[in-house]
Amino acid sequence: MDILNNLFVSLYVWVADLLHGLLGGLGLAKDAEAALVSAIMVLLVITVILLWMVLMVLILIWLERKNAARLQDRVGPNRVGPWGLLQPVADTIKMFIKEDIVPANADKFVHTLAPMVAMMPAVLAFAVIPWGKGMQPVDINIGVLWIVAVASIGTIGVFIGGYGSNNKYSLLGGMRAVAQMVSYEIPQVLTMVPIVLMVGSMSLVKINEAQSGWFGLQWFIFAVPVGPIAFVVYYLSALAEVGRTPFDLPEGESEIVAGYMTEYSGMKWGLFYLAEYFNFFIVCTIAATLFLGGWNGPILPPYVWFILKVYGLILLGMWIRMTWPRFRVDQLMNLAWKVLVPIALVNIVLAGLGLPIFKTIGF
Amino acid sequence: MLDRYGVVALFAFMAVLFPAIPLVFSWIIRPKKPNKSKTTTYECGLEFEDFPEEAQQVWVQFRVQYFLYAIIFVVFDIEAVFLYPWAVAYNALGLYALVEMVLFLGILILALAYAWRKGLLEWA
Repeated sequence: MDILNNLFVSLYVWVADLLHGLLGGLGLAKDAEAALVSAIMVLLVITVILLWMVLMVLILIWLERKNAARLQDRVGPNRVGPWGLLQPVADTIKMFIKEDIVPANADKFVHTLAPMVAMMPAVLAFAVIPWGKGMQPVDINIGVLWIVAVASIGTIGVFIGGYGSNNKYSLLGGMRAVAQMVSYEIPQVLTMVPIVLMVGSMSLVKINEAQSGWFGLQWFIFAVPVGPIAFVVYYLSALAEVGRTPFDLPEGESEIVAGYMTEYSGMKWGLFYLAEYFNFFIVCTIAATLFLGGWNGPILPPYVWFILKVYGLILLGMWIRMTWPRFRVDQLMNLAWKVLVPIALVNIVLAGLGLPIFKTIGF
Repeated sequence: MLDRYGVVALFAFMAVLFPAIPLVFSWIIRPKKPNKSKTTTYECGLEFEDFPEEAQQVWVQFRVQYFLYAIIFVVFDIEAVFLYPWAVAYNALGLYALVEMVLFLGILILALAYAWRKGLLEWA
C-alpha cells in the first residue's frame, strides 16, 4: 500500500539518484552538480506534465464527443480505432498538415502571437497544482494568487487574436470574450477567499493538508453553508471563464461564426483549442483541490482520488454543456454582476463570522 | 525561496517554448499555397472586396458598455488583492480584522449597488 501511495514520488527520487550517478563522473563541484540535477529534474517534470496533459486532452476530446453523442441519442465517433478512440489522434495529424491561412488584411505578427499567448497561462498554472501527496512541481506560498494571476493572461491572447484577425466576427468575439472573462473573474476570485480564510494560507499543498481529517473526507464542500455556496459559485464562474457551452458567447457559431477563432486554421486553431481544454482541466483541478479535498480520500492512493474528482467535475461540465442552451449576453452579465458577485461577497462575511464554529468542528 | 521561484521561471520558459514547438513543426510539413480568394477576410460567403471602403474597415469604435464593465472589474480586482492578505492573516488578527473588512466590503457593496442603480450593469 505504501509503495502504491508513494509510487510517483519514489520514481522521482530514483531518477534523481540515477542522474546524480551519471553526473558524478564529470567531477563537478558538489553545489553545481546538485543545481544541475534539480534543474534537469524540473525540466523533466514539466515535460512529463505537458505530455500527460496532451494525452488527457486527446482523451477529453474523445470523451466529450462520445458523451455528447450518447446524450443526443447518437453513436458518436466509431470508425478510427476501437470505439473511435483514435479519432482525436487522426484530427491532430490533420491539424499538423493543414495549410495555415492568414487573411491579407490581418496584422500577421499579432495573428501568429495570439494562440501562443493564449496557451501560456495554461502551462504556467501547472507549476503549483498538486497531483497527489508530494506531487506538486513547486509549493509556493501564493499558490491560489498565482493561478488567478496567470489565468488573466489568457484574456489578452483571446483579445489580440480577435483584434489581429481584422474581421468583424473575430473582433466581436474577442470583445465578448474579454467582457465575459473579466466579469466572471471577479466571482471566481472572491469565492476562493473563504477557503483561504479557513486554511490561513494560499499554498495549494496547505489547503490539501487542511482537508485531510475525518479519514480523508473533511472536504471544504462539507463546511455548510459556506463551502457548498463557494463551490457552486466557483464552478459556474469557472465554466464561464473558460467559455464552456452555456457561456460560449465569444464563439457562438450561430451568431458570430466562430468568434475570435474565425480566421484561424491549422495548428494555430489547434493551439486555441488545446488551450481551451487545458483551461477547462485546470479549473476542474482547482475546484477539486479547494472544495473536494484534492488528493484526500479513504483507501485509494492520493493521485487516484485526485484524478477521479477532476474527471467527475469534467463529466459534470460536459453534462451541463449538453443540457443547457446558450445564454443571451445581457443574461450572462446579469448572472455575473447581480447574482454571483453579491453571493460571493456575502459568503466571505459568512466565512469570517462562522470561522470560530468551523474551527470547533475541525475545519 | 529563490530555488522555488527558479522552478517557476523554468515553467515560464517552457510556457513560451511549448506553444512554439507545434507551430514550427507544422510550418515545416504543411503546404503553403495561398491565393487571393483564400486570403480574403471571411464574410459568410459574400465577396469582401465588393464591399464599400468604409464597410471593409473593422477596427472601429466599439460600444461603451464593454469599457464600463472593465472599469468595474478593475475596482473589484483591486479589492481582491486586499482580501487575500486579509484572509491569510485573519486568524492572527481576530475581531478587529473582521470589523475592518466588513466596513471595507460594505463600502464596496454600496458602490456596486450605486452602479446597479445608475444602470451601469444593464446591457441594453
